[in-house]
Amino acid sequence: MLIINCPWCGDRPEIEFRYGGEAHIARPADPATLSDEEWAEFLYNRTNPKGRHAERWRHIHGCGRFFNAVRDTVSDFFVATYKPGEPRPDLKETQP
Amino acid sequence: MSGSFRTPVGGRIDRLNPVSFSFDGHFYRGFKGDTLASALLANGVHLIGRSFKYHRPRGVISAGSDEPNALVDVSRGGGRTTPNLRATQVELYEGLAAESQNRWPSLSFDAGAMNDLAAPFLPAGFYYKTFMWPAGAWKRFYEPKIRAMAGLGRAPVEADPDRYTQHYAHSDVLVVGSGPAGLAAALAAAASGAKVILVDEQAELGGSLLAETEATIEGKPAKDWLADTVAALAARDNVTLMTRTTAFGYFPHNMIALAERVTEHLPNPAATLPRERLWQVRAKEVVLATGALERPLVFPDNDRPGVMLADAGRTYLNRYGVQPGRRAVVFTACDAGYRAALDLAAGGVTIAAIADLRAAPKGELPARALAAGIDVRPGTAVVGTKGRLRVSAAELAKLRGEAAHGLGPVERIACDVVLMSGGFTPSVHLFSQSRGKLAYDPALQCYVPGASVERERSTGACRGIYGLTAVLEDGYAKGEAAAHAAGGGPVPARELTAEATDTGTDGFIGATPHPRNPAFAKAFVDWQNDVTSKDIKLATREGFRSIEHVKRYTTTGMATDQGKTSNMNALGIVSEALKTPVPQIGLTTFRPPFTPTTFGIFAGAARGDLFDPVRTTPIHGWAAERGAAFEDVAMWKRAHYFPKGGEDMHAAVARECRAVRTNVGIFDASTLGKIEIVGPDAAEFMNRIYTNAWSKLEPGRLRYGVMLREDGFVTDDGVIGRMAPDRFHVTTTTGGAPRVLAMMEDYLQTEWPDLKVWLTSTTEQWAVIAVQGPKAREVLAPLVEGIDISKEAMPHMSVREGRICGAPTRLFRVSFTGELGFEVNVPAEYGRAVWEQIYAEGERHGICPYGTETMHVLRAEKGYIIVGQETDGTATPDDVGLGWAVGKAKKDFVGKRSLARAAMSAPDRKQLVGVLTTDPNVVLEEGAQIVADPEAPVPVPMLGHVTSSYHSAVLGRSIALAVVKGGRARIGSKLVVPMPDRAIEIEITDPIFYDPKGERLDA
Repeated sequence: MLIINCPWCGDRPEIEFRYGGEAHIARPADPATLSDEEWAEFLYNRTNPKGRHAERWRHIHGCGRFFNAVRDTVSDFFVATYKPGEPRPDLKETQP
Repeated sequence: MSGSFRTPVGGRIDRLNPVSFSFDGHFYRGFKGDTLASALLANGVHLIGRSFKYHRPRGVISAGSDEPNALVDVSRGGGRTTPNLRATQVELYEGLAAESQNRWPSLSFDAGAMNDLAAPFLPAGFYYKTFMWPAGAWKRFYEPKIRAMAGLGRAPVEADPDRYTQHYAHSDVLVVGSGPAGLAAALAAAASGAKVILVDEQAELGGSLLAETEATIEGKPAKDWLADTVAALAARDNVTLMTRTTAFGYFPHNMIALAERVTEHLPNPAATLPRERLWQVRAKEVVLATGALERPLVFPDNDRPGVMLADAGRTYLNRYGVQPGRRAVVFTACDAGYRAALDLAAGGVTIAAIADLRAAPKGELPARALAAGIDVRPGTAVVGTKGRLRVSAAELAKLRGEAAHGLGPVERIACDVVLMSGGFTPSVHLFSQSRGKLAYDPALQCYVPGASVERERSTGACRGIYGLTAVLEDGYAKGEAAAHAAGGGPVPARELTAEATDTGTDGFIGATPHPRNPAFAKAFVDWQNDVTSKDIKLATREGFRSIEHVKRYTTTGMATDQGKTSNMNALGIVSEALKTPVPQIGLTTFRPPFTPTTFGIFAGAARGDLFDPVRTTPIHGWAAERGAAFEDVAMWKRAHYFPKGGEDMHAAVARECRAVRTNVGIFDASTLGKIEIVGPDAAEFMNRIYTNAWSKLEPGRLRYGVMLREDGFVTDDGVIGRMAPDRFHVTTTTGGAPRVLAMMEDYLQTEWPDLKVWLTSTTEQWAVIAVQGPKAREVLAPLVEGIDISKEAMPHMSVREGRICGAPTRLFRVSFTGELGFEVNVPAEYGRAVWEQIYAEGERHGICPYGTETMHVLRAEKGYIIVGQETDGTATPDDVGLGWAVGKAKKDFVGKRSLARAAMSAPDRKQLVGVLTTDPNVVLEEGAQIVADPEAPVPVPMLGHVTSSYHSAVLGRSIALAVVKGGRARIGSKLVVPMPDRAIEIEITDPIFYDPKGERLDA
């Protein structure tokens, strides 16, 4: 069972958390100005990378707060977690 | 032959404690400390089971958890039945009752053995190739027959009466395996002061040392060193020793799952003890000392009872004081076979011959065998065995040159046991589960641990280190390193020098040569799944290249032993057949569990009432006392209907419906989801989340709100009260509450963190009592304080705060029935008292308690939707007639942009309509399809489906709601609901069947 570092609470087992999809996809400020294609891009299209993936998690059975994480989809291990609003950490692929 | 194979002295069994037990109804005697396998062998019983596919007689092959053959069913009565236990691991206790499996009518005469004669027709993958003709026979004939014959063991039919517990533990260093490497690692880690857990699957710590009679460690006989070491570890406060505990799973971040068998070995377990415990251990550092498994040799008829692994034979003699036979032939590819032969010879077993695949065995052990006068035959293979239910002879033939595989004449040598050794395979199961990378070691012909992924170290034989001194030194060093990494203190130097004879690292993988017709020879690779070398070669001829595919096609390595004895030989055979080196063929993935694990240990306490939490309302007890029938809604128990005097549901619901329409009904709506939304930006937040406009809703007013997902489809609805400018009382569907709150939190935290709003779940804080019907006001009027509930002062869709029956209340005037109605919200702890007082007052007005079924009928009569019943995640507000609830003037809300897509307003979208059957007595099935012409060519175009369907007592006929393509334009037209036995004519109508003008609401 993975240990996930909640930026507010610290290390906790993964059963306390819930996945929330890809991170850094902001809801457009004025959706009405978007074309159907642009809206569909926001609504449905995700990167689904093999390797480092920035994603949203929520400490649902803890503080209840959302945060962002970089997880390696190959190893399943978390590389970093950070608070919403903070930029995605600039990590070299070789960093553990 | 009872008892005749027991040596007069020796072994670790407790000869002062004889134990009687039964196998297949025959009674035998053994000793405390025996396993079922050792006790049966001591009684001369080698025939223990029948094989899975061919029903061939089978005996004991190993002495441990790698046993593929000797599977038994152990029963204690009363639901305590466990199939597929390895006899080599079942500890003997007084009265143990075991039975063989996979045989009928008896073990010695098994009718299924005809499969063995039919074997040419049952090759690998036969079930993919046969049973194809005639069409239809599969379901009627083949499948039932195969089901009856297939499977290992029989699942018990009674409920398991035992208790299983689950625990968590933390340690600095977890050591798995207590052989010499594990003990040395534990010694070092313990000396550092680190918190150490040492686990072993066996009843005693010691691993291979338990069968050691010759070696010395630190100058002491191995037996004494073991006893002293275990005592020293047990005396330490920082060390936990766990026996009968299998580390069966290695999960991320050093979470190791342990299965502890607490009472399996006890004749009369105390009722206070659980049967098994699941331990989930989080270790800072893990040391794997899981040892190595001896490889069988793959030669014809190597499955006859009496053929066993050489080191297992040695273990039975040295550890259990049991001769595996009187006269042994040893077939070996390494020095371990000689060590077994020498020990057995010393134990009184005649060694008829040693056949060694190697042309020129060197080393100390072969020399000692020659010196002892044993008939050693280098460059020789066993090419077959004879005997019916027990081996009676081995057939030997000389190899003529390694490349040619030509064989000399076959010589038959009488024996009652054949010991085989193809060398050792490191047990890398847990390492592989940890997702560590395996590396092929060509010198050792095996896979060993490569790069680790977890904070873990392998030590000893499980990483290919053999030789007792080297193993002890490696174990001590790994224990020290682990303790250091876990933050332990300094570890004193210790020289763990051993005197032991080295068995070297020779071995063989693959199938050994034989002169028989390959079409008829059965040389088993996987005993448990009856896979022979021929099957694996066939798979390669049929084009399978990857070992993963060969495994699935032939089923080699797939049974409960997970290929412990078979994997490497299967790889060797594929390698030779494809002329490809082993590392290029790969290795199948090891998955948990290491050995079969009970369902009980995973279920733990989560059984019966504790299986799934049940939520009940404060009024539940009242309804239960009244004999209400309950239904499950999400995790809630809800009163479904209240039958009176033997009524069925239909009669009860008809009566309840009439009561609400004519007098007054009372309904427990406490399960409604509730969320309190508070803050200066509460109205703005509501504007963004719901389709409706909220800014102008005045405090004291209610509004029906619709919530969409960002894709524009309805996800929830509910009535919302504005309690104050900065406070909303939101209700959600019963099942939707957690989802709605999670969605609100998501937007609030991640999209609009600037909004000053707080969300609190209040579902369980409020009891909700719906009082509905023309007399609702008369019932409540005398009970409320501080609220004017007159028609003028409190109109439909308003909310007031005050008291009712002395309790604080948020009184909603709202209706889900179409009648004059109130929903009385009171703090949950007052719920039942207020309910009882309202009910008492209502009795003068003919009040009737009603359940969810009546609620459904009444709302369907009014055409009110239920999200999740009329909607399916693809309905827009307009589709279900809620277009009026969408705030067109609002700039944005969740889902608004999606509603602007052209497809979302296409005229042929499925729309909510009413459905009336031409025959008023026919009640349609919910989910039934609606078509224009059932006789149209297949596929008949489907126009929609029935979403709700009831008999309406008040209307005296059936009614239904449906979603139909372009439904609103079809109102008045006739369509058809095709059913298997008939086509039902229907008319599309407006969805509101009762009081279409809504006058009763405003009464």
